[in-house]
Amino acid sequence: MNLVVCVKQVPDAKNIRIDPVTNTLQRQGVESIVNPFDLYALEAGLRLRDEFGGKLTVISMGPPQAESVLREALSYGADEAVLLSDRAFAGADTLATAKTLAACVRRLSPFDLVICGKQAVDGDTAQVGPALAQSLDIPHVAFVGTMEGVEAGCLTVQRMMDDGYDTVAVELPALITVVKEIGEPRVPSFKGKMRAKKQPVPVWGLKELDLAEDQVGLKGSATWVERIFAPEPRGRREILDGDPDTQAANLLKRLKEDQVVKLA
Amino acid sequence: MSIGIDRDKCTACGACVDACPFGVMEIVGETAVVGDGCTLCGACEEACAFEAITIVRKTGSSEAAAAYQGVWVFAEYRGGNIAGVAFELLGEGRKLAEKLGQELSAVILGGCLDGAAEELVAHGADRVFVFDHPDLLHFQEATYSRTIAGLVRERKPAVLLLGATAIGRSLAPGIAALLDTGLTADCTELDIRPEDQALLQTRPAFGGNIMATIVCADRRPQMATVRPKVMKRASRIEGHRGEIISMDLPSEAVDRRIRVLGTVAQQGDLVNLAEADVIVAGGRGIQEEKNFALLKELADLLNGCVAATRGAVDAGWIDYAHQVGQTGRTVSPKLYIACGVSGAVQHLVGMQSSDVIVAINKDPEAPIFSVADYGIVGDLFEIVPKLIQQIKNSLGQ
Ligand SMILES: Cc1cc2nc3c(=O)[nH]c(=O)nc-3n(C[C@H](O)[C@H](O)[C@H](O)COP(=O)(O)OP(=O)(O)OC[C@H]3O[C@@H](n4cnc5c(N)ncnc54)[C@H](O)[C@@H]3O)c2cc1C
Ligand SMILES: Nc1ncnc2c1ncn2[C@@H]1O[C@H](COP(=O)(O)O)[C@@H](O)[C@H]1O
Repeated sequence: MNLVVCVKQVPDAKNIRIDPVTNTLQRQGVESIVNPFDLYALEAGLRLRDEFGGKLTVISMGPPQAESVLREALSYGADEAVLLSDRAFAGADTLATAKTLAACVRRLSPFDLVICGKQAVDGDTAQVGPALAQSLDIPHVAFVGTMEGVEAGCLTVQRMMDDGYDTVAVELPALITVVKEIGEPRVPSFKGKMRAKKQPVPVWGLKELDLAEDQVGLKGSATWVERIFAPEPRGRREILDGDPDTQAANLLKRLKEDQVVKLA
Repeated sequence: MSIGIDRDKCTACGACVDACPFGVMEIVGETAVVGDGCTLCGACEEACAFEAITIVRKTGSSEAAAAYQGVWVFAEYRGGNIAGVAFELLGEGRKLAEKLGQELSAVILGGCLDGAAEELVAHGADRVFVFDHPDLLHFQEATYSRTIAGLVRERKPAVLLLGATAIGRSLAPGIAALLDTGLTADCTELDIRPEDQALLQTRPAFGGNIMATIVCADRRPQMATVRPKVMKRASRIEGHRGEIISMDLPSEAVDRRIRVLGTVAQQGDLVNLAEADVIVAGGRGIQEEKNFALLKELADLLNGCVAATRGAVDAGWIDYAHQVGQTGRTVSPKLYIACGVSGAVQHLVGMQSSDVIVAINKDPEAPIFSVADYGIVGDLFEIVPKLIQQIKNSLGQ
């Protein structure tokens, strides 16, 4: 099987917040990590490769530093990596990102399956995967929790729905986005880590991808950010004291006043 | 669009460097410099106390605004029911339509849509496009997105809203890509900018730590998915009239590359967390699988659902489908009661848009208290039974 896994470098979300006093974004000590869902995507891809053979290529669009997430993916066992980096790619929205990734996947043809994480934790959009599938004109299934098998050119999966799950068969080539249930990522081997250090990671830009400048980056984006601001501080932070009986009674009283519980 | 820095006004104080979410601002010598990767988001402009930074923004083209008219909502239909979020979209869609002075329409797809279109009209739709066909019985990305994109091309709405549900979030990006237009995910606030009729789409980013307002001012339609339970539901309007248009499913829209072999709706303890008004969540403080029965009892009394942290899920006490947070679901019920939950950021991002949050935790320092409206420092095994007992008393049980 020829597999392509999309990984994104993201800032570690737990360290980002807006300083409520100065109203500025605090970035101190914010590290870059592999988007956690993309490690699940990689694990799903590695399992398929280990079962069916073939090649797994990881791709990432981002600044030159994003090479480190590709090296990390190589250490887990990916066969090859390509970094999509070009000044022209900066500021891309999900539409422009999907078009850029699509140009790369096409260049890696023939492929059987593209795997993305459910969402990237910086933007939480969950849009790039399905948009990429559409740009490639291949079918996609989002929020896949289980892969049941491959037979007669079809991949059978379970996708998580809000009220349960669906079993879906999709003809290859296809794209899936995966959730955590797909299985915990393995631990990179020592050999993998050594290989990942040495392996060349080619960088492709506009030229290599044969894309027009107005298709990518900020110019190719349909949406743009108008404003960024701190969310309203939430939580009234009222601590209810007393013995458990009083605490429970006071809580119920307030919840009734707030009209969030209805009791006769 | 462009960003400019006035060297005379810039004091090289570095406020913009700290403010930049993308880390592309630098101080070089006496002045701030914008590096590669700037998205013109405006965080630096806002942070600059000296008005040294100016971002020149685009406004939308008036042709785009004139050629596309009307607010559309996608009415998700599954298992014989219109999804709750569809009524919320009608409620919000009505407000937007009024601001634009345009009509509100709904689009519904399914395999046996008895009476659904009438329901949508009764909740304020001026027009409903109905695709009722056996090939649409199960949600299937490719056929659904082509069908909707085809109709949009023909009728040209200004705005198209979908619920940020599993179905909506899987479907919307394909429609947007087919139409080569913008899409904003999981919005919690929508408005119309009067100057150019652009849809202002506000959503949490970076795990809810910042809010961003996004526009798609020079392409149409302007598409957004909207977080369930945030917008106010449309109420039933007696005697409201609307046109119901029965559409043929175009054969070229049918894509057989995806086949739904079966659907399992989990019932009873599972859970449409995204739609629940009340959620009682348990963390590792629950200590044992069987203790979730206590939370279930409380949830049942409040007509709610049970959710969990990753800690509790990883311990094997409850199914992953109940997990709320970064690697689980995002919920925003009216009431979220967190019991024995520490409040790790990865959990908070999934629940902090709830209306009212209650925290019950032994540890007064637990971060969950910082987002809670009401906190009880104490043993959940003492507090929860008291709550149950008092609720039963007031229900006369
Ligand atoms: C990449 C990544 C993704 C993640 N995604 C998620 C996610 O989606 N969702 C999620 O929830 N977590 C997620 N996590 C994990 C998260 O960081 C926390 O580890 C987890 O939320 C902690 O769960 P907890 O609050 O149940 O457990 P703990 O942190 O162990 O907290 C238990 C709490 O219970 C209290 N307690 C104990 N006994 C009692 C009692 N008798 N009465 C009252 N209080 C009591 C304790 O004081 C404590 O505060 C993620 C982590 C990573 C690294
Ligand atoms: N710049 C990128 N490079 C590679 N993959 C990406 C990029 N952006 C998004 N993806 C993939 O698309 C998924 C969804 O991202 P998003 O739509 O940004 O939430 C991620 O989990 C990645 O698999």
